Amino acid sequence: MNENICAISTALGVGAISIVRSSGPDVIKIVKKIFQGDDLEKVNTHTINYGFIVDGEEKIDEVLVSVMRAPNTFTREDVVEINCHGGITTTNKVLELLIINGCRLAEPGEFSKKAFLNGRIDLVEAEGINDLILSESEEARKYAINRVAGNLSRIIIDQRNILLGISAELEVNFDFPEEMDNPEVTHTKLHTELKKIEENLKDLLSHSQDGQIIKNGIDVAIVGKPNVGKSSILNHLLDQDKAIVTDIAGTTRDIVEGSITLSGIKINLIDTAGIRDTEDIVEKIGVDKSKEILSQADLAIYVLNNNEKIDAEEISFLQKLDNVKKILFINKDDLESKIDTSNLEISDIVYGNTIDEKGLDNLKNKIIEMFNLNEIKSKNYNFLSNARQIALVRNSLESIENAIKSVEEEMPLEMISVDIKKAYDDLGEIIGATYKDELLDELFSKFCLGK
Amino acid sequence: MKYDIIVVGGGHAGCEAAAAASKQGFKTALITSNKTNIADMPCNPSIGGTAKGIVVREIDALGGLMGVIADKSHLQIKMLNSGKGPAVKSLRAQGDKITYPKNMVKALESIKTLDILEEMVEDLIVEDNTIKGVVCDSKKTYLCDILILTTGTYLKSKILVGSTHKEEGPHGETSSKHLSDKLRKLGFEIQRLKTGTPQRIDPNTVDYSKLTEELGDMQPWTFSFDIEPQYDVNEQRKCYLVYTNEKTHQIIRDNLTKSAMYGGYAEGIGPRYCPSIEDKVVRFADKERHQLFLEPESDFYPDLYLQGFSTSMPIDVQEQMVHSLVGLEDAKILKYAYAIEYDAINPLQLMPSLETKVIKNLFTAGQINGTSGYEEAAGQGLIAGINAGLKLKGKDPLILKRNESYIGVLIDDLVTKGTKEPYRLLTSRAEYRLILRHDNADLRLRRYGYECGVVTEEQYNNLLTKEAHIESLTQELKTITINNNNVSKNILSSLEIDCLSSGISAYNLLKRPQVKMEHLVEYLQRDYTPEVLEIVEISIKYEGYIAKTIREVEKMLKLESKKIPKDIDYDKIQNLASEARQKLKTVRPATVAQATRISGVNPTDISILTVYLKREYSKDSNNE
Repeated sequence: MNENICAISTALGVGAISIVRSSGPDVIKIVKKIFQGDDLEKVNTHTINYGFIVDGEEKIDEVLVSVMRAPNTFTREDVVEINCHGGITTTNKVLELLIINGCRLAEPGEFSKKAFLNGRIDLVEAEGINDLILSESEEARKYAINRVAGNLSRIIIDQRNILLGISAELEVNFDFPEEMDNPEVTHTKLHTELKKIEENLKDLLSHSQDGQIIKNGIDVAIVGKPNVGKSSILNHLLDQDKAIVTDIAGTTRDIVEGSITLSGIKINLIDTAGIRDTEDIVEKIGVDKSKEILSQADLAIYVLNNNEKIDAEEISFLQKLDNVKKILFINKDDLESKIDTSNLEISDIVYGNTIDEKGLDNLKNKIIEMFNLNEIKSKNYNFLSNARQIALVRNSLESIENAIKSVEEEMPLEMISVDIKKAYDDLGEIIGATYKDELLDELFSKFCLGK
Repeated sequence: MKYDIIVVGGGHAGCEAAAAASKQGFKTALITSNKTNIADMPCNPSIGGTAKGIVVREIDALGGLMGVIADKSHLQIKMLNSGKGPAVKSLRAQGDKITYPKNMVKALESIKTLDILEEMVEDLIVEDNTIKGVVCDSKKTYLCDILILTTGTYLKSKILVGSTHKEEGPHGETSSKHLSDKLRKLGFEIQRLKTGTPQRIDPNTVDYSKLTEELGDMQPWTFSFDIEPQYDVNEQRKCYLVYTNEKTHQIIRDNLTKSAMYGGYAEGIGPRYCPSIEDKVVRFADKERHQLFLEPESDFYPDLYLQGFSTSMPIDVQEQMVHSLVGLEDAKILKYAYAIEYDAINPLQLMPSLETKVIKNLFTAGQINGTSGYEEAAGQGLIAGINAGLKLKGKDPLILKRNESYIGVLIDDLVTKGTKEPYRLLTSRAEYRLILRHDNADLRLRRYGYECGVVTEEQYNNLLTKEAHIESLTQELKTITINNNNVSKNILSSLEIDCLSSGISAYNLLKRPQVKMEHLVEYLQRDYTPEVLEIVEISIKYEGYIAKTIREVEKMLKLESKKIPKDIDYDKIQNLASEARQKLKTVRPATVAQATRISGVNPTDISILTVYLKREYSKDSNNE
C-alpha cells in the first residue's frame, strides 16, 4: 500500500496533452528529482507548477505539474500529475524517468484500488470508475458517472439503514425486555416496513438488466445466405468500409465487428460468414464460428433477398433460430419483390435497402423498439451492473421475502431477525461493509437502555 | 509455600477459576483480601438476565458453580422473553446477597485440593517473562506454576460521589494500589473504566400503593441441569416498578455540573448499556420518564436496590432526586449511589485461552479484562481455571467457538476487538444465537467439561440419558401417523384445513405454526421430561431457521480452519490498508475467521490476506 505508483493516464498518441499521474508517499520527492522549477516539496497543495522535466542536464519536456498532498486526493495519498506535451516518445520518457527514480508502473485500475483501500471510495464506486474508464457509449458513461457519485451506494445504504433500524428495534426488545418504554415491534409494523424494502430491491433488480445493456451494449449478429447483402448492411450502418464487400459469394470469412450507437446505447454488430453447406475448409471454419456467435447474440438479424424466393436451406435455418430474439430483414426492397413471407412464423419483419441513405432506418427503429432503448435512456441510472452485485441483491431480496413469509406465519420475532440480518449483511457486501458493530452503535444511540 | 495454581481475587471469576483448577486435581490457592467478601454482589442483586442467564446455564454445563449456588440462593426467578422465541429466552433471578456468598464459600471449602488464604497481594514475581508467584503485604511469598488474576474493580479503585472521591473499593475495602503499576511495568496496557451503583432504600419508607408489582414466575425454574427447584414458587419476593418524572429530570439538569461525571471529576469510560441517570436524562432529553425497579437484596437485611438510578451526584442532590419519585416521597436512603473507577488491562493482550500474551503462565479473568457483570466474570473465571489445568497437563486449551457458546462469543470479542467500555454480553452480539439457547447449553458444552475433568461422571451420565431421550422422541414422532381416525380435538382446533385424510406424521405436523408439542404428548408411548419435549419441539419447529444458521456457521468454520501462522509478518503483505495492517499486528488473529471479526479489517483486506497465505504457506499448511 505504501508503494509509489505511476502511469500515463490519458490515451496514448491522442490529443495535444498527456498526463502522467503518480501516487504514493514519496511521489513529490521523486518528481522533484526530475523537475526544474519551484521546489515541489515547498509549494502549496493543490497547485499547478510550471517548469521542465529534465534527465540530468537534458530538458525532456516543458510541463505543468499539479501537486496534491494527502489526504484530499483521489487515492488519499500524495498525488502528482505531470501535464506533458503529448507524443508517445516524450510521455514514455517522463514515465521512464519516474520509474528510474523510485516509482513502480501501476497495474490497471490500481489508482482506484488505492482509493478503495484507503477508504476514499466504496466498492460500488470503485467498480463505477472502472466502468467509466471502459465505457464506450454515452449512456454507459453517464451511468458510470452516476455510480461514481455514489448514487447506487446511496440506495443500498438507504435500504441497509431501514433494515438496521428494524433490527435495532427488534434487538432492543430481546436484550432489554424489562424496559417497557421501548417501542413495541408488531408483526403488522414489520410487514409494512419489509414490504417497502422488498419493493425497492425488486425495483433495483428489474433495472439491472438495463444496466447490463447500458454497460455492455447489445450484440447483434447479422446472418443469412451468402450474398444477400449482409456486409453491405453492416457497412451502411457503420458508414465505413470495415468489412470486405465483393460480389463473389463467400468472401466474408472472419467475424467482423463494429459498433454503432442507437439512442445512446452501444450496438455491437457482428457480421457472419454466409451460412451454407460448403466444401471450402476456410469457409467452413467461418460457418461454424457464425453458429457459435449466433448462440450468444442478443439479437439476430436474418437477411433475405427481396428479389429471390426463400429456399429450403433458409427455411430450415430459420427454424433453428427459434431460441434467439430475431428480426427478419428483407433487403433490396428497391428491386422487384419475388419473396413470399406469408408462411413464416415471424412477427418482426422489416423491409429496406442499402442504396438509399435512409434505407436502414426501419431496421434501426425496430431494434430501438425491441429493446426499449428510448425508455432505458430516460430512466434513472441506478442500475446494478455486474453479476456480483446482482447476485447479492437477489440474496437480500430472498431473505426479505423469507422474513415477510415468517411474519405472515406469525413466527417468533427472533426467527424473523435471522432473515433481516442476512439481508443486511448481503447488502453490506455490495458496498464492502459488513461491520457487526454497526448494530450495537445503532442500538445505543437510539434507545435509552440499562439499569 | 508452593501451589500449582494460585487465583488472586475471590469474586465471581475467582471462585469459578479456583473451583475449576482444583477440581482437576491441582493444588490450588484462592487468595482474597477479605474472606467475608467472597462471591460478593456489590451491585445489582440479580443473576442472569438476557444472554447472561444463558451464560449461567453454560457455566453449569461446564461444571461451574454459579448455576447451582444461584438456585439455592434466590428470592425470585422468572423467564425473560418467553414469547419472543426460543433463543432469546433467558432466566433472571434475584439473588440473596447474604445466602449466595455463604453457599459459595461452603462449596469452595468442600473442595479438598483448594486453600482459601486471606492476604493482600502487593507484587508479582516474574522471571524470564514467566510468572513464578506473588508477594503479599504480610511479606509472605507464595510460589506457583500458574497465576490467575481476578481482581475485579479493585485495581486502583476510586469511589466518586459528586466532587468527593475516596481511593477504595466497594464496601470501603482497601483497593490494590501497586498491582496495576506492576502490570504496566511488565508491558500491559492499562485502561481506566467506570461503572456505578444506585441508592439502597429503606423498605419501611416506601408507599407501595403507588408502585406496580413485579412478580416471579409461577412455573418453577432452575439454572442448573442437575438439581430440582430448591424454592417454593409462592414464597418469592416481589419487585416494584418506579418511574422518574419531569421533576426528577429538572433536579438532575439543575445540578448537572455537581455530578462527578459531568463535573469533570471522573476519567474512566462507563458502559453504554448501564448509563447513570444523569446520562440518560442528558442523552435522551425528549424522554418523559425513565423506568426504575425496586428490588430486594436479601432476606437478612432490609435494603431495597433502586435499579436504574445509578448516579455520581453529591448526596444532597441524591436526596432530592429520590424524593421526587412517586412512591418514594418520604423514602429513607440507606446507602447513597456512587460511581467507581478502576484499572483494567487491554484484553487484546490476551490469547483466547485467557493466558496473557505478555507474561507466560499468567491468566486473567473478569472485570480486570474489561468486562462487567457477575456472569461474564464467572464464565471467564471458569475458562481460565480449566485452561490453567489443561496447560499443566500439557494439553491444548479449551477455546469455545462463537457457534458453541456465549462464553465463546464473549472471549472472542474481548481478544479480537478489545473493549473501550465495560463489556456486557447481549444476545445481539451472538450471530448464531438460534443455536446458543437456554435449553441446549448442556448438549453444547457438557462433553467438553467432562473431557477437561471438571464435570462429574454423574453429570455426564445425565447428559447421555438426555441425548438418548431426545433421539428416541424424535424417532417416535416420525413413526406416529395422525389421520382422521385418531386426531385429537386439540390438534383439530389448531388446524386450518383438513389435511389428515391421507395421514401425516406427528413430526411434520409439529412444523405447522399452530401445532404444539403439548398437543402430541397423548400419542407418545413413553414419558419424557419437559426439557426433552421442549428441545425436540424447538429443533423440529424451527428446523429451517436452524439450518440457515448452521449454513452461516459452516461458512465461518471454513475460515476458522484457515490458520494464520504465528510468525506472519504483516509488513510483508502488499496492499493491506494501513488501518487493517495496524489492527492485524495488534490482535495477531489465530485464524482467518478471527481476522474477519476485527473492526477496521474489511473484506478486501481479508482477500489480500488469504491470497498471501495461499502463496506463502501453501506448501506446509493443511488449509482447505
